[in-house]
Amino acid sequence: MPWETVIGLEIHTQLATQSKIFSGAATAFGAPPNTQACAIDLGLPGVLPVLNEEAVRLAVRFGTAIEAEIAERSVFARKNYFYPDLPKGYQISQYEQPVVGRGQVSIQLEDGRQKAIGVTRAHLEEDAGKSLHEDFHGLTGIDLNRAGTPLLEIVSEPDMRSPEEAVAYARKIHQIVRWIGISDGNMQEGSFRMDANISIRPQGQETFGTRAEIKNINSFRFLERALRFEIERQIDVIEGGGQVVQETRLYDAERDETRSMRSKEEANDYRYFPDPDLLPLVIDADFLAAATADLPELPDAMRERFRRDHGLSDYDANLLTASRALAAYFEQVAAACGDAKLAANWIGGDLSAALNKAGLEIGDSPISASGLAGLLARIQDRTLSGKLAKQVFEAMWGGEGDADAVIAAKGLRQITDTSAIETLIDAIIAANPGQVEQYRAGKDKLFGFFVGQVMRASKGQANPEQVNELLKAKLAG
Amino acid sequence: MSLTRTDVDKIAFLARIQLSDDEKDRYVHDLNGILALAEQMNAVDTHDTGPMAHPLRMTQRLRADQVTEPDQRERFQGIAPAVEDGLYLVPKVIE
Repeated sequence: MPWETVIGLEIHTQLATQSKIFSGAATAFGAPPNTQACAIDLGLPGVLPVLNEEAVRLAVRFGTAIEAEIAERSVFARKNYFYPDLPKGYQISQYEQPVVGRGQVSIQLEDGRQKAIGVTRAHLEEDAGKSLHEDFHGLTGIDLNRAGTPLLEIVSEPDMRSPEEAVAYARKIHQIVRWIGISDGNMQEGSFRMDANISIRPQGQETFGTRAEIKNINSFRFLERALRFEIERQIDVIEGGGQVVQETRLYDAERDETRSMRSKEEANDYRYFPDPDLLPLVIDADFLAAATADLPELPDAMRERFRRDHGLSDYDANLLTASRALAAYFEQVAAACGDAKLAANWIGGDLSAALNKAGLEIGDSPISASGLAGLLARIQDRTLSGKLAKQVFEAMWGGEGDADAVIAAKGLRQITDTSAIETLIDAIIAANPGQVEQYRAGKDKLFGFFVGQVMRASKGQANPEQVNELLKAKLAG
Repeated sequence: MSLTRTDVDKIAFLARIQLSDDEKDRYVHDLNGILALAEQMNAVDTHDTGPMAHPLRMTQRLRADQVTEPDQRERFQGIAPAVEDGLYLVPKVIE
């Protein structure tokens, strides 16, 4: 039987604030345990939470970026459960009235088509602490530095139909949160964590199958693999005559499988209710306007503009809008050299390859945008051929100075003087009478041989187009 | 709607409180009394009344995003039953 997969994602993204969502403790990553956990984070008696304005501002920016409704009035609720890294016995979250309502993002499918994925809601909440299960004489160690860190939980509609779509959506959300500066999106540090709800149903069936929830996935690759495994597992269960159980599962990357978290089988009953310690959050028009006034052009809009105004291909436009820093770099190079296509080719080609190889981000590139523009200018004025330009690029990457300095130091100037090239050609023709005869007798393939000889004689510096042109004329005799 | 012993058992478990049989009987009675009050309120026409998240007619004040809490780990850990390497120690939780 052909099965259809249905996937929805819940993404927890850490908001880029200095202090916690309800306290003035720092949120910096990597501090010694419990040095950033104050009385409020510890849930000591008598403390009261006070909401961080910046967390609200960042949530509003996200909502606006995905064209969602921003709730004029939203409410914080207590989600009750017991776990040692949750000191209060409840997590402050939002339930019935979240700050961000329904919105949507667009993902690109493998065939190039766009598909809209609905975002049901996004709400503000606090993170829990961290349990360390290493051996402390049979006890568990608790670090509450992370407790109270502001999170935006972004809940999607069950709109995805394959692991690829789920990954494309997750990447899209990751791109947006970084683009608009609400989160660093650092997955190693847990700033972007995904839970996936997944079920299967016979192709054509309307109602959803029973879903399993895979918790706490922290990489796109693991997301794809966990979903692939889970689809196969659910198909096996159903085709084997069984039923999928609604449960929480964990993905084990080492064994590449998902496993039931048996301890959580007790049906979750969080008994949400409005938190009496917090008043309703009201977002008025002024706050909304101020929070979103400086929202940058969003990646989808920028990609369209690159295609339309710069005539870039789909591929180039996508690649160059992968991050805001890369897009800015491209725009700077394109503006300086006046040839967007040339800029796109070099950034998407040699520069990206070199960055990947060195494991660097565009912000760490040893060649600045103006440096690359300087190199492209020497291609445009025909000082450099494409091949020489690659040599200059490598020298610039290695820190040997800007394009002009490298050209001068290495004598890499392209030879464009017609008479100089003709002198080289005459010498090659004189030295290879046999080949000339064969060529003239119709062995066209030998043309490449002559080009190679001339280029070698010029130490690779002769302008290749001129060599082609002049050789043809000379060999025609 | 009325509450049974089973409901009280479940609520007690969720709240992690241990109740004696006598206490359970009492809670069935007391909690049903509260539900009866809710039933009474249910009879009121609330067609034009919005839900009340908070009894005060005020909205949440926001604080500026500044780090104002210094590290007071030593003081906090002074009242903890067990600590080691800066961590609070608790009975082992098995996932």
